[in-house]
Amino acid sequence: MDANQILIKVVLITVFAVLGLVILLPRRGARGMAIRRLTLLLVMVSAVIAVIFPNLTNAVASVLGVGRGTDLLLYGLIVVFLGFAVTSSAHNRRLDRQITDLARQIALTEAPTAQDGRTPTEDVNPA
Amino acid sequence: MDPAMSDADRIIAEKTWLVIPLFNEAAVVGDVIRYARETFPHVVCVDDGSTDDSAQAARRAGAHVVHHPINLGQGASLQTGLRYALTDPGAEYFVTFDSDGQHRVEDALDMVRRLATEPLDIVVGSRFLDDRTKPGAIKRLVLKAAVVFQNVTSGVRLTDAHNGLRALSRQAASSIRVTQNRMAHASEIVNEIGRLKLRYAEQPVHIIYTDYSRSKGQSVWNSVNIVSDLIFK
Ligand SMILES: Nc1nc2c(ncn2[C@@H]2O[C@H](COP(=O)(O)OP(=O)(O)O)[C@@H](O)[C@H]2O)c(=O)[nH]1
Ligand SMILES: [Mg+2]
Repeated sequence: MDANQILIKVVLITVFAVLGLVILLPRRGARGMAIRRLTLLLVMVSAVIAVIFPNLTNAVASVLGVGRGTDLLLYGLIVVFLGFAVTSSAHNRRLDRQITDLARQIALTEAPTAQDGRTPTEDVNPA
Repeated sequence: MDPAMSDADRIIAEKTWLVIPLFNEAAVVGDVIRYARETFPHVVCVDDGSTDDSAQAARRAGAHVVHHPINLGQGASLQTGLRYALTDPGAEYFVTFDSDGQHRVEDALDMVRRLATEPLDIVVGSRFLDDRTKPGAIKRLVLKAAVVFQNVTSGVRLTDAHNGLRALSRQAASSIRVTQNRMAHASEIVNEIGRLKLRYAEQPVHIIYTDYSRSKGQSVWNSVNIVSDLIFK
């Protein structure tokens, strides 16, 4: 193991740990959405900068202890992809719940009422 | 109704709703319901977007049928069925019952009888209190592991964490919230027993494993999905 790779390892492990936390504590509301959007913006701005100054990725990579700029890009891509997978699965779970509530409401609205199953004599205590 | 039933049982059965999740069981569901209704006259089937004739078969057998417009899963169907049955003010007991013929009506009646005579909110069936039920070796192992996990996480002591046969009082049926749409709802119900401090008991039941039920039943792979559903809720 290369000693100067410690830095990138620390960075990556930290990012994965944060993603893990995001999975366990999915954040709702305005703050969560703002954080997701800011992150996306940050990624796009970095991509533009990397296109304009291709040598910059190499420079940043060597500061972090990664061999080449392309390796750094690969790591970055993995992190962004996992982040996307995590947030969208939290989002999907929320959607699932809403669809369930909606479908249940439709099912119950369209069904005949449960009391209709009783003949009048069987009706023990009409509330 | 079964003429051999005692008057006391008849009164209890009259206040009971059988809640049956139904998904593509056209081959057996009619007979299952017809037989169950000899004891329990009130049956609601939650047809979960079946693509066969399950719903018609259930209706012909005398069940109330509630249709989910799309497949939501067994847990979601139980919650829908309970919500439906709770709208009947005469309903005091609620039994969750499978549509594939694996549960015995006699066991269900025993469980409701306990609700009526003992200070209990919920009676849960267990396959492992005696050795009548014979699941395969791997299924047995997975079920046992689920029990250990369940007891540790919920604080509720049960011997069988994933038994679909349960009898609930009105109090239990209206306070338990099932949000797990698929199979993790069984663990969720146990967690709810702990959270709501419901008075619970276990009842030895016999689950009938036929070739039909084995071919359709849950694969043990589903235990992975259940654990993941419970963690990432
Ligand atoms: N509503 C609904 N019921 C289901 C679904 N999958 C299974 N069931 C029903 O749940 C019961 C138990 O299912 P089964 O697959 O036999 O599970 P097992 O007996 O626990 O192995 C049966 O009555 C099935 O018809 C589903 O997606 N939706
Ligand atoms: Mg089954």
